[in-house]
Amino acid sequence: MDFGITEFIIAVVTTNRDVVSSSITPVFYANDDEHKERLALLIAKTTRGMVHDLESGIYVIVKH
Amino acid sequence: MNEYFILIVTSLIMGTIGRLLMMKVDYRQYPTYPQSFLGHFTLGIIAAGLGAVAIPAIAEKEFVAITFLALAAQQFRDVRNMERQSLDNIEVTELVPRGTAYIEDIAKAFEARNYLALLTALGTGIGYFTGQYLKFPILVRILMGVVLGSIIIVGLKQMLKGYSIEDIADVRAAEISFEGPLLTVAGVIIMNIGLKESQKIYKEKGTAIEIIPRHEDAMSILANIGQRQAIQHNASTQLGIRKDIDEPDFTPIARRNPKNGNVVMAIVTMEPNVDCLVEVVKRTPVLESSKRKALDVAYTSKNEKLGR
Repeated sequence: MDFGITEFIIAVVTTNRDVVSSSITPVFYANDDEHKERLALLIAKTTRGMVHDLESGIYVIVKH
Repeated sequence: MNEYFILIVTSLIMGTIGRLLMMKVDYRQYPTYPQSFLGHFTLGIIAAGLGAVAIPAIAEKEFVAITFLALAAQQFRDVRNMERQSLDNIEVTELVPRGTAYIEDIAKAFEARNYLALLTALGTGIGYFTGQYLKFPILVRILMGVVLGSIIIVGLKQMLKGYSIEDIADVRAAEISFEGPLLTVAGVIIMNIGLKESQKIYKEKGTAIEIIPRHEDAMSILANIGQRQAIQHNASTQLGIRKDIDEPDFTPIARRNPKNGNVVMAIVTMEPNVDCLVEVVKRTPVLESSKRKALDVAYTSKNEKLGR
């Protein structure tokens, strides 16, 4: 059996500081869209999570 | 013993042939491996052997020997367990899992094939013994056994054949589009794909299909999650999926259109070819556990209540 937490937001990557506030999930602030894309990819590869776009400059990385 | 030697040998051979014939039409990719083949071949011989000795036992008025058949049933249940366990064990190593429903179906098929070997041997024995009873010459007896055995093989094989998706639904190619980050096929949202790079790969190399059920029963079969998992698994193993364990973006997911019961699926394969994808999906077996006749039951019970 494989145990672990699933359906859980691992991290938030955003360029929009006004929209995201979190006390549990780490939030990464990116400088621009390109940086945001790169950051999300790196975090997703490290955690085997999946990147979802919430639009208005926010990505969440979710473990499924 | 000499008296029954030919009977037992004929039954044994017929039963084993029955099992071997089912081996050919086995599930693609499994278990045409040499080790599994030998294992199932031997189990087939054992099953045929159990069926073969039943008739001589009755002829000798050894009725207790019939409990042998109970032993056989136990043995075949073990075959099912063995298959289930081994497929469960390798499930974690699959990029796209088979799903428990598919595993259960495969395990049941293996059990049933052993029953086929046993019943064929039993039928052959009955045919031969009838000939012996009627004092026919030995060749005629063998012929009678073989004919009865063959009838059982053909009949059971026909019965075990089952359906595939093409019998219950139409499968056609569909278009992949993105609605913002949402991967959409034929108007059905499949999932949210954030990375621009992944979206690009889907647009360039992705193929998609739409499965349209032909009737209401087919609709409920396709709604079954196990059935959809089987379609995903077959498509990805037979076409070669372009995905690794750290790329959940490319997991094929078959989603249902709640409005009309159609099922859509997008997949990125190593060499995109939508015709092959349609063909593979068409040939996916309809799982026994997903078969539904919902309307049938509802309709009959209503009629019963009304006293018709």
